[in-house]
Amino acid sequence: MSKGGEIVLLDCWVSPFCIRVKIALAEKGVEYETRAEEDLFGDKSDLLLTSNPIHKKVPVLLHNGKPLCESTIIVNYIDETWPSPPLLPTSTYNRAQARFWADFIDKKVFDAGHNIWASKGVVPETAKKDFIEILKQLEGALGEKDFFGGDSFGFLDIILIPLTSWFYTIEKFGGFEVKEVCPKISAWMNRCMERETVAKVLPDPEKVYEFAIMIRKMLGIE
Amino acid sequence: MEDKVILLDLWSSSFAMRVKIALAEKGIEYDCKAENLFDKSPLLLEMNPTHKRVPVLIHNGKPICESLVIVEYIDEVWHDKSPLLSSDPYQRSEARFWADYVDKKIFGIGKRVWSSKGEDQEAAKKELIEYLKTMEEELGEKHFFGGDTIGFVDVALVPITSWFYTFETYGNFSIEAECPKIIAWAKRCLGKESVAKSLPHPHNIYAYALGLKKKFGSA
Repeated sequence: MSKGGEIVLLDCWVSPFCIRVKIALAEKGVEYETRAEEDLFGDKSDLLLTSNPIHKKVPVLLHNGKPLCESTIIVNYIDETWPSPPLLPTSTYNRAQARFWADFIDKKVFDAGHNIWASKGVVPETAKKDFIEILKQLEGALGEKDFFGGDSFGFLDIILIPLTSWFYTIEKFGGFEVKEVCPKISAWMNRCMERETVAKVLPDPEKVYEFAIMIRKMLGIE
Repeated sequence: MEDKVILLDLWSSSFAMRVKIALAEKGIEYDCKAENLFDKSPLLLEMNPTHKRVPVLIHNGKPICESLVIVEYIDEVWHDKSPLLSSDPYQRSEARFWADYVDKKIFGIGKRVWSSKGEDQEAAKKELIEYLKTMEEELGEKHFFGGDTIGFVDVALVPITSWFYTFETYGNFSIEAECPKIIAWAKRCLGKESVAKSLPHPHNIYAYALGLKKKFGSA
């Protein structure tokens, strides 16, 4: 049995939310089994439906058979269950700040990106403006630090970095480049990608783009 | 050094009520500053530049925003009294999951129940009942979501019950008829001083909602 018992992740390769969990587990050196949910729009597995009856979504982490749902909550659980190395800051105040920005990222980034790449017809200027504004607010939170938590890669970096695998897609539809409009975020992305735990699990942005094209066709947006 | 705690508040905000309950549970004294959301104070704009909204907890000059983040912070700082979250990671995750559900589903649908009309309102009512029934299932036979005493999920959910009279009056339905367990649970919560002194009277919420409707022309 691996460190910490039996761990199964119900996964989808392109889901940034699943990638968060994979990075967190890798950072802790915890071995786990992946079960790919291939057909998220059609036939969800029985295991997914019984372990996440409320939302019926991936990721679900099963730890010794007990399910955990919602990626940010799962990452918190991983940090609390395997404390070393710590992902969340040690100070209570800094932990609250990290949770605040995780909440901001959860509420804003994916939807704002979606408004660009899933847009029917011409992408509205407001959608582009909103997305860039959100990234600039995150640049403010990053400041001059290497990572959101300071010198070390941690919780907030794990929450945001998987969403950046969709940035190439968003750039192609939006007609802008993140490295030009938000150079600090771009530099931070490069620093994160130097970590093996990140580079190994982030999907190829071209493959994400092909996936987005397929979704658009499926939804009749093309 | 003595703790200085300030809460930027709005009496009708279910989010701010969560913080007040948590502070009361821990017996913390604080300075409550009422905000006018149509004329936000420089302090609010300085302390919450990202969202510009209440509640904001200012602890020894440092701001914490977003109600559930604030409640967790309060629970961690004043951890030796009335713990709201378990020390067990799995139980903590379950509590956070249900608080997140309350935020995404129940708090999200509330406005549509009282401020929309026709088919939109009917759909919103149906959804609200469905979500409350899900919470009833989660409560099961327990006194509180936290077990024998109120916990994180109770604090997250109970404030919206001060809006039930408003939902029922504008929506012309009875929440108790559909979800008696939730109403019974809400009454048990109101039996606790920390909840009773943090929740406004439902009729005052109704008058507030009526005022908003008049102001924005949909009464």
